[in-house]
Amino acid sequence: MARSGAAAVPLLRYVAKRLLWAAVVLVLVSFFAFLVIQLPPGDFLDSYVETLRRSGMSVDSATLVALRHAYGLDRPMVVQYWSWFSRFLQGDMGVSLLYVKKVNVLIMERLPWTLLVTTSSMVLMYVISIPIGIYAARRQYSLGDFAASLVAFTGMATPGFLLALVLMWLGYLIFGVSIGGLQSPQFIDQPWSWAAVKDLLWHLPVPLFVVAIAGMANLIRTMRGTLLDELGKQYVTVARAKGLEEGVLIRRYPVRAALNPIISSGGWLLAELFSGETVAGIVLGLPTLGPLMYRALLAEDMYLAASCVMIMSILTVIGFLVSDIVLAFTDPRIRLS
Amino acid sequence: MIDTVTSRHSGSQWQLMWAKFRHHKLALASLGVLGVFYSIALLAPFLAPYDSWRASRFAFAPPNRIHMFHQGHLMRPFVYGIKMTSDARTFDRSITPDTSEVWPVRFFVRGDPYVWLWMVHSNLHLFGVDSGGQINLLGTDILGRDCLSRDIVSTQISVTVGMVGVFITFVLGCLIGGASGYYGGVVDNAVQRFMEFVTCLPTIPMWMALGAAIPAQWSNLKVYFTITVILALRSWTGLSRQVRSKLLQLREEDYVIAAKVAGASDWRIILTHLLPGFASYLIVSLTLEIPRMILGETTLSFFGLGLRPPTVSWGVLLQDAQNLAAISVYPWLMFPAILVVVCVLAFNFLGDGLRDAADPYKE
Repeated sequence: MARSGAAAVPLLRYVAKRLLWAAVVLVLVSFFAFLVIQLPPGDFLDSYVETLRRSGMSVDSATLVALRHAYGLDRPMVVQYWSWFSRFLQGDMGVSLLYVKKVNVLIMERLPWTLLVTTSSMVLMYVISIPIGIYAARRQYSLGDFAASLVAFTGMATPGFLLALVLMWLGYLIFGVSIGGLQSPQFIDQPWSWAAVKDLLWHLPVPLFVVAIAGMANLIRTMRGTLLDELGKQYVTVARAKGLEEGVLIRRYPVRAALNPIISSGGWLLAELFSGETVAGIVLGLPTLGPLMYRALLAEDMYLAASCVMIMSILTVIGFLVSDIVLAFTDPRIRLS
Repeated sequence: MIDTVTSRHSGSQWQLMWAKFRHHKLALASLGVLGVFYSIALLAPFLAPYDSWRASRFAFAPPNRIHMFHQGHLMRPFVYGIKMTSDARTFDRSITPDTSEVWPVRFFVRGDPYVWLWMVHSNLHLFGVDSGGQINLLGTDILGRDCLSRDIVSTQISVTVGMVGVFITFVLGCLIGGASGYYGGVVDNAVQRFMEFVTCLPTIPMWMALGAAIPAQWSNLKVYFTITVILALRSWTGLSRQVRSKLLQLREEDYVIAAKVAGASDWRIILTHLLPGFASYLIVSLTLEIPRMILGETTLSFFGLGLRPPTVSWGVLLQDAQNLAAISVYPWLMFPAILVVVCVLAFNFLGDGLRDAADPYKE
């Protein structure tokens, strides 16, 4: 009891340190998101006036000056940044000109779908690539190893949008229907039922596969590489010499050691998944954050776009944090250093 | 005795690397493939049968086939003419070969004028048919432009984006990673945190956000360089991490301390003792960075946030294949996709081969 208490202190200190850094990183991310808002020529009001003009209304210059003052757009950049960031922290992300809705409402509609797609493709990625990596390392230079490398490399070399397009095309050829989206039209905005869940499961595989494949290639290669390094170490030879059964030996020691780099890449993987989700989402028409951001960028709806960048980055930062903490649990060297 | 040992291990570092690299057949083949890609890029206007912007009246003409037999007679390779027919009932236009016209394929023909490498004015093309006929080995696009010519010319942009981007990556990575490893302490800590921040931004959304901010009125050249800078903004982190860790590791080596004791200057130590120690690692990681940039440019351009017409890159060309209808009816529009995959694969295999060759501890 006393021993576990003593071990918890460095771990707590480590977690506290990571939390602090995560906060610093988040502030930096908010600078970037604010930069996204500021980059296009003109400001929020210019685009707003442009939207009004297109629909036939006009705004006189006195009103414009008054509005600009009301929104604080005539104040220094730092003040503008602070008012944007403090409101963002309170959950007020501004208004989307494109959808004429509050940004946080739009994001909340899509966040669950984004989490569903990213987390399940992450699980899919681990479930597929770790066993393949282990197999490839144990049977180095076998036909299976070669096939795994080939698939991994091809997955790495194929742009996600291309894969999504080709799979959609195949689905169109084979089933004669478009497999885009996550739900069939008749289930959208309807209460959940068994039929709706079945429909969702039918739609999920293609997006998940597209999102997962790019990172999968990397995972297989990392797993194979680190496991090969571990298998060459002396403790494996010693364990074999002492007559430990091969399967037990592999599972109990080298695989556990080789999993550490995989765990530490978890946060980085999440960032990759958001990239994949954005690309797949646009091509396959998924109700996730990526396509929302894409449409916002094209329409210069900057508050929406910046909020999407912000939310995705926050989720990634959380991912980094979780993977660091998990790593501290599994690898004692981390929490003691 | 000493001779037999050294004969197996003699030669400069680069000779040894090359000897090892040669055994990696896949990497060697990839080097050849990349040689072909860059030669195509260099000679693009000569290899392309047409100007990439020359429109014709045959939109979406399917690829020509090269024939050897005409009405049972063996002839020199030729293509048939094409004609447009419309269905009397549905008014559906279709483009079919016109077997009454025979256009022999000729080499070194005069055709559309071009300027090669900003200097040489010419109109010589590797192959083509006499004027009046039309050869579209990969079909035509919506404006009747020759797809093969466009694929060839787009190679120029697509394969150089990676090169220019990697140069920027190299400079940024060496400077930042070098400062981080050399000064250590506060600088190192700040750089590490900043890199953590960059890694936390999801790559493609970040690229998209920056790509969308490029003003529409900018010139093609300006857009091109901005895109390479945007791509490099993400990739320097990997390189700088490597430079830093290598620098930290090599600094403590006995031979560096020996050089210091012997009175060598900092520059001499860096240039003659440290640099050769990790130059090979830099080359490997740069080689693996190029395909990522090529993919990044293709993805950005495909979504209309990267390069834009009239610049043609693989991603810009693939925009035409954005919907299912286009792919299923005009599959030849997808050809640039094959170029992307082959080129990126070749770079990855090459990088892998180089990595094995550069590792002196690997037999």
